[in-house]
Amino acid sequence: MKRLALVALLTAVPVAAQTALPPLAYTQLRDPDQERQARGLMETLRCVVCQGQSIADSDADMAGEMRALVRQRIASGEKPAAVRDWLIARYGDYVSYAPPLRAVTLPLWLAPLALLALGLWIARGSFRRR
Amino acid sequence: MTAETGLAALWLAAALAALQALLGALALRRAMPQATTAIRAVAVVQGALAALAMAALIAAFLDSDMSVALVATNSHSAKPWLYKFAGAWGNHEGSMLLWVTILGLAGAAVARFEHRLAERTLVATLAAQATIALGFYAFLLFASNPFARLNPAPPDGAGLNPLLQDPGLAFHPPTLYAGYVGLSVAFSFAVGALVTRDVGPAFARAMRPWVLGAWIFLTLGITAGSYWAYYELGWGGWWFWDPVENASLMPWLAATALLHSVTVLATRDGLRAWTVMLAVVAFSMSMIGTFLVRSGILTSVHAFAVDPRRGSFILVLLLLYIGGALALFGARVGTVRQGKLFEPFSREGSLVANNLLLTVILGIVLIGTFYPIVAGAFDVQLSVGPPFFDSTAGPIALLLVAVMAVGPLLRWRRDEAEAVIQRLFPAIAATLAAGVGVFLLAGPIGVLPLAGVALAAGLAVASVAPLARRNLRRAPLQLWGMVIAHLGIAVSLAGMAISTAYTQETLLAVGVGDPARVAGYTVRLEGVRPLVSDNWTAIEGRLSVTDGDGQSFVLRPQVRYFTTPVTTTNESAIATMWNGQLYTVLGALGDDGRWQLRLWWKPFVTLIWLGGALIALGGALSLLGHQWRLWRTKQRAEAFT
Repeated sequence: MKRLALVALLTAVPVAAQTALPPLAYTQLRDPDQERQARGLMETLRCVVCQGQSIADSDADMAGEMRALVRQRIASGEKPAAVRDWLIARYGDYVSYAPPLRAVTLPLWLAPLALLALGLWIARGSFRRR
Repeated sequence: MTAETGLAALWLAAALAALQALLGALALRRAMPQATTAIRAVAVVQGALAALAMAALIAAFLDSDMSVALVATNSHSAKPWLYKFAGAWGNHEGSMLLWVTILGLAGAAVARFEHRLAERTLVATLAAQATIALGFYAFLLFASNPFARLNPAPPDGAGLNPLLQDPGLAFHPPTLYAGYVGLSVAFSFAVGALVTRDVGPAFARAMRPWVLGAWIFLTLGITAGSYWAYYELGWGGWWFWDPVENASLMPWLAATALLHSVTVLATRDGLRAWTVMLAVVAFSMSMIGTFLVRSGILTSVHAFAVDPRRGSFILVLLLLYIGGALALFGARVGTVRQGKLFEPFSREGSLVANNLLLTVILGIVLIGTFYPIVAGAFDVQLSVGPPFFDSTAGPIALLLVAVMAVGPLLRWRRDEAEAVIQRLFPAIAATLAAGVGVFLLAGPIGVLPLAGVALAAGLAVASVAPLARRNLRRAPLQLWGMVIAHLGIAVSLAGMAISTAYTQETLLAVGVGDPARVAGYTVRLEGVRPLVSDNWTAIEGRLSVTDGDGQSFVLRPQVRYFTTPVTTTNESAIATMWNGQLYTVLGALGDDGRWQLRLWWKPFVTLIWLGGALIALGGALSLLGHQWRLWRTKQRAEAFT
């Protein structure tokens, strides 16, 4: 218990604030257009070790590494969609907050239209027929 | 002793809840006048006992009584006073106790203050409320006892999650819970009215203030939670479509729909079955939200470590109550006479559209939130997040805003299109002007933000239009309430759209003295210094900020290091201007001796929460207006006799 407290105390001093993450984890791309693309993409990618946060707003090291990766790939001229596909191939669908259109996600993407149709049909009942 | 007092109070409250349900059943079966009188008193005492249990838990936390297991695992003696107090509900057992306490108090309030509801329906309502309470008392006593002792008591506690160590913890959970659980009253009213087959305008008028009250708390709770997440998480986001946020949004959507349908039922005797259904749905969403957060299915700052057994327990309660209410609805809906039918182009027609769109959004949020959980059960891992919700619920929400602009300008029963377009002319002009103006001046932005800005301008004009050509002093308070609440939506929408479209971001690593620029502000890190407090140490950056006019001020963001438990948090430093916020965060120190700095300019972002506060204020005015009219009618009746 005591040793644990000591370790805690040690990690609590500013030395712990140091980071070994690549600079692009915490700095922007020079080209504003590319940075905008990267930013838009990062907001829709899930930090896979966090508690329901996108990589654009997480302090986790993992999220930082993924941000650096996204920026590098965008800087090298890749399109955001290609970067997303590459990440999905690597981490699975779980990494993307935009569920790709597949057989398993079809009901999800059709649900809004189905709900709207159902709602209109129900609402029709409360109006007087002409 | 304190813990035992609390536990005893909890057992007694549970016993009284059982008695209350029993008395209700007796009173309904054979007309027993004694039971009818007794049930009110029992409900009041039950609520008081639940509150006593909650007070005992708070006392144990304030004392840092480490022999209480809950205090030992969630508190620490060095924690500031406020977080000992609020820490009482910053954990699973305590938050469930708070939930049940509010349930008991809501029942007591109905027993004490509700005089308009037909007596038999009131008895059935109180019996339903007690039945709900009984299940959750059982959950506390058998699966989540907050008063369990620890022997031997540890020398000190494990501390509270540092993200929760914020004044927000004292305000956000109780407010949100008052809203969540306040909806139980609407649920019990609906069950009561189904039991006695008494659904009509009088029932709607009695239910309205309770729905309104819960809805005000829910609105405040969500608004406060959003601002808390915004400044505490350190990345400037204010809504993440996180399952836990969705869990609070769903009851709000249902309650908002209910608020409007109850008005139709009260004024025009329409939407009878639908209103009862919505009342059941609204509280069901509260319970599902509780289940979602407390079951251990989710990992989030809201989901305290819980074992899955508790999840099963809540799931059974949920199936019992929601299933029971729906079964009762199914059995009795045939006897609920269909309400009056409407002309489509009328005030009530627009309220039907409001209900339709709100319910569709509710359905989308529900399906989007549970889809990954259901898919996970089939070993399919996927995430549903902002891109899905924005692209599906977003457009429907904007359509709803358009309906909201038109609706209040329509007459009840029937209206003429030409006359309405004339009344709407200023709003249409404002929508076009804002849309074209933003597009020309600020260049292309996303379709949703552009439509958002334009519709916000239109709604702002349309929402105050019902006051035009009226004597403002004589306009009823309810009308003011509606105007201000709708205006609040416009204000909030404007904040969301503008800040989404025009936020500027600067992320960089700086040495001491290096300038950084964001949106016309020059920010210079002048130095860092260490800080020590009761239960954390920190590095505080001193940022001198100079605006375009050469005015300068200082901001002090911190990185805090907590030891119990070991956690680092970023405390953002925010400067609020009339036209937005400058949001600064100090990050980590790099190998090269430079500090990471995150700077955002968020134009008009404060409008989001100002709008939320206006919406709640509108609700409060409406509630006051209805009560005032009731009181005055009574006074006049007394003066007359």
